[in-house]
Amino acid sequence: MAVSLPGFADPVLDAQACFRAVLDAMARPGSTHQVGANLVTPAPLCRAAASVLLALVDGETSVFVDPAFADAVDWLRFHCGVVPSSHPNEAAFVLAASLPDLAGVNCGSDEGPEDAATVIVQVSGFGEGPAFILSGPGLQYPVELRVSGLPADFAARWAANHALFPRGIDLILCAGDRLAALPRSLTVKDS
Amino acid sequence: MAVLARADLTQMTALLADQPPLAPHVVLRGPENGLVMLRARAGGAGSKFNLGEMTVTRCTLRNDDGYVGHAYIKGRERARATLAAALDAALQDPARHDALQDAVIAPLAATQAEARAAIARRAAATRVDFFTLSTMRS
Repeated sequence: MAVSLPGFADPVLDAQACFRAVLDAMARPGSTHQVGANLVTPAPLCRAAASVLLALVDGETSVFVDPAFADAVDWLRFHCGVVPSSHPNEAAFVLAASLPDLAGVNCGSDEGPEDAATVIVQVSGFGEGPAFILSGPGLQYPVELRVSGLPADFAARWAANHALFPRGIDLILCAGDRLAALPRSLTVKDS
Repeated sequence: MAVLARADLTQMTALLADQPPLAPHVVLRGPENGLVMLRARAGGAGSKFNLGEMTVTRCTLRNDDGYVGHAYIKGRERARATLAAALDAALQDPARHDALQDAVIAPLAATQAEARAAIARRAAATRVDFFTLSTMRS
């Protein structure tokens, strides 16, 4: 096994801090949070995405890793004890370099919407690129989120996901050491 | 690795004192305590059962020469797990392997073999020879 990079410096406190950041990001869509500032990650995995995986994934979780992150698989296997799934449809977490096709991801069922996958997408950056107007639970007024690195038809694809409610995926966007979350209850419009 | 897993921290430190210092390292995981379920089989042919859980400390580190060392030890001594992992990494270096093997691992193995033999001797002293009993009855 060619693992040569450490995980969290303090596995308990750093994982709790990251969990809290994900919780806050889900509760207040459009807000960005800093995680894993001191983490050294296997390229091309960004610090935020690596932190989320370290905090949320363990040996009993199923993860699908995008082939773009093949170099990070050994690192994930070592630190999380996880064996990556071969197909995104079976996974509780999907790590992707770009927004995956929602038809290929587990969106849960009407009886068990909590079984739906959480998709972690690595984007280029926040505060730049096209703006999206977010509204829904957790937001008193619509807010604007600028993200670069999402597909041009993101709003339309997200509308299809939102229409499945209570089914549908939750999205965590990661860039560098910052993350933002889009829960399935959210409405996203192009500005 | 089996020798390092059983080695005593004081003895390891004493044996290493005569050696060039081990390369500095970065800890990749741990040292952390955990539990391992011990599974056993009654009579060698019976079905498996859970004997109980055992405290285990593990550590993985990478030294500055680029070798990754692992250690799993019985108990909760984190310093011992770290030193065992550092030694495991150093032993993978061809330039240091033979010297460390002779100066550190061989004495540790001898001590452990001696301890095992002492236990075996104590146990042997209490052995009952059923053959003797049967001949005494006749």
